[in-house]
Amino acid sequence: MDLQEYISLVFSDYTLRTITFGTAILGAVTGMLGSFAVLRKESLLGDAISHAALPGIAIAFLITGIKDGNVLLIGALISGLIGTFWIRGIVAKTHLKSDTALGLILSLFFGFGMLLLTFIQKQPDANQAGLDKYLFGQAATLVESDVWMMTISTGVCLFILMLFWKEFKLLLFDKDYTKTLGFNTQLIDILITTFIVLAIVLGLQTVGVVLMSAMLLAPAAAARQWTNSLATMVFLAALFGALSGVFGTAISASQNNLSTGPIIVLVASVFVMFSFVFSPSRGLLFKQLRFIKNRRDLELHKTLAFMFHIAENHKNISHPHAIKILNNFQGYTRKTLQKLVKKNYVTLHGNMWSLTDEGFKTASNLYNQQSRHE
Amino acid sequence: MRASKLLQIYITNNLVMNSAQIEIQLIASLVAVACAIPGTFLVLRKMAMISDAISHSILPGVVIGFFITHNLNSPLLILLAAFTGIITVVLVEYIQKTKLVKEDTAIGLVFPALFSIGVILIAKNANDVHLDIDAVLLGELAFAPFDRLVVFGVDMGPKSLYIIGSILLITITLVITFFKELKVSTFDKGLASSLGFSPVIIHYGLMSVSSVTTVGAFDAVGAILVVALMIAPAATAYLLTTNLKKMLVLAVVIGVSSAISGYWLAHWLDASIAGSMTTVLGLIFLFVYLFAPTKGVIAVMYRERQQQTEVSLLTFLLHLKNHTDNNERHINHLREHINWQKVTATRVLNLALKNNMITIDMNIISLTKKGDLFTSKAIDYIITNEDSQIEDMKDDFFLFRG
Repeated sequence: MDLQEYISLVFSDYTLRTITFGTAILGAVTGMLGSFAVLRKESLLGDAISHAALPGIAIAFLITGIKDGNVLLIGALISGLIGTFWIRGIVAKTHLKSDTALGLILSLFFGFGMLLLTFIQKQPDANQAGLDKYLFGQAATLVESDVWMMTISTGVCLFILMLFWKEFKLLLFDKDYTKTLGFNTQLIDILITTFIVLAIVLGLQTVGVVLMSAMLLAPAAAARQWTNSLATMVFLAALFGALSGVFGTAISASQNNLSTGPIIVLVASVFVMFSFVFSPSRGLLFKQLRFIKNRRDLELHKTLAFMFHIAENHKNISHPHAIKILNNFQGYTRKTLQKLVKKNYVTLHGNMWSLTDEGFKTASNLYNQQSRHE
Repeated sequence: MRASKLLQIYITNNLVMNSAQIEIQLIASLVAVACAIPGTFLVLRKMAMISDAISHSILPGVVIGFFITHNLNSPLLILLAAFTGIITVVLVEYIQKTKLVKEDTAIGLVFPALFSIGVILIAKNANDVHLDIDAVLLGELAFAPFDRLVVFGVDMGPKSLYIIGSILLITITLVITFFKELKVSTFDKGLASSLGFSPVIIHYGLMSVSSVTTVGAFDAVGAILVVALMIAPAATAYLLTTNLKKMLVLAVVIGVSSAISGYWLAHWLDASIAGSMTTVLGLIFLFVYLFAPTKGVIAVMYRERQQQTEVSLLTFLLHLKNHTDNNERHINHLREHINWQKVTATRVLNLALKNNMITIDMNIISLTKKGDLFTSKAIDYIITNEDSQIEDMKDDFFLFRG
């Protein structure tokens, strides 16, 4: 199947269209809100909440007895919020650290959810099949109304995000300052947390409990590498998230036996790896290149300084010296000498070298570089 | 004679559990103990979420091991899967070292990726692999007694009993042998390396034990609930004690008791054993979280309120000490002067009266000798910050307990 064929299929085939749009929107909203989670150092909150949502789904089903997606989502939202605020409570009120609190709520809520799920499965009125799709997620079960639901939620999130952009940003980077300005930090905090929980809950059906945290983190972590501006980061994260959704769906559709959720997560992970390596300012590759360049410059400067100290002792700075005497110096190599010649700091005459005026000037200013830049 | 025989029959038929039930409870208890021991150290080292990461990322190791051995209980599979767990730790630490993202983000990036690879491996080879993701993630303890170890035709009991038993044995031996090293490196890394034991080796040793335990336990209780068994008993114990040995013992006791009561809860509800074990753990944690004597939420809230009152009391006594004027010491005047609400004011007044620090005469308040002494001592303490002055006040007031 070639690309063109696939694209036309996306627009003509109902299932494929629904899944593609669904995962794209989901990726966008989780990327967007995930940026806040990552910057608030609450990266693993997503993992905890997605697990903590399980008992909510089960209880919502037990109470209403219907398997309507939206009802279950409300249950998941409530139990996710309870989990989140309990985590906060544990960290604030006891000496248990946040990692313990996260792990506790994650596993205890999930275990309770498992108990309820297995309990429901043993019930005689077997209308419960399919509840376990929330564990691993099944993008294939997405229908158009789910996509609308996601679109509307994303729209609401986006609107509120724009409306309170200044407050969110301020809270993110300087909580105390926000408080002194008179903003109700608690309210903003609850608002942003609720949105993060909402985004997670929306994704449960598609990628499942286990992989949801990656949907939240990976696009944001990738976007963080390319920019230092919050607005750009949120935009990039949404873009990366949406692209992971689209590519993930395409890859899993092109082969048999590939579930969509894990593929989307892997695509997002590829984005992260690519960003880690190739980001111009923070990436590992360019950091290494800069490191090597700095080391070379330093060696060059060291050689130049050594020459300078020799030339200093002579009246005529261009007085030629034997190359041999440089051999005692560690930083010296044939290459550095050639580079110095190329930069016109040094001239060579057979076995002798001499500093040029320019070289002498540069060398005498080497240690003043700091002040010169200022 | 006859009665006792009848009783015996009655017991064997009704009261005594059948052997499969005993075996399940035994396995569950051993898993709980094997998890609680490394879990205690993970909680103390603030690495609880690493256990979550390991429990997920062993999946590709399990799958590959299963391709090779075709047996979930093979030691090779356990080693391979545990190795994936260690790779996770190494990867997480590598990403943390690059400083490109915050620490916990690194954990959140690594394990879903590895887990996804595992899921895809299973899905691609669904025809050859009779391995269910449900089974790996959720486990089923009820099936454990069916897979039996048979030596020379003799039934020696369920295999998982032996696996988890040997893991537990190794863990206990290691903890006892290296207890001092573990303790020092957990609480003071700098001291540990200056004393000559490498924190790195201990760190990876602990990680290896956690990985092996997770792998050994996952097919009994499932990967996610291993996390519960590791963290919850340790966290609960940590709320009750600050002594490492006591914490270990408490964690083990909590783990085992929730394993056994969880089994019976599951029996009664006809639900997942692992799920109900975790639920019991959750209930125990909730109870301790609320009611623990010094660190529970209620105790903390009471202490905070009490401290607030005592600060107010001190302010109040200072005010009295500084003003001799009758006008300044009138009950009504105080309320508007120090700006207290009626309830707070009454509470503070009552506390002061109870401690014989003030007397009220015709609505005029004056300090007693004791109150005067107390105030001078407290001021002295605040100025000099010397503990010895207030030793005797610590018993009566939360304020001075640090």
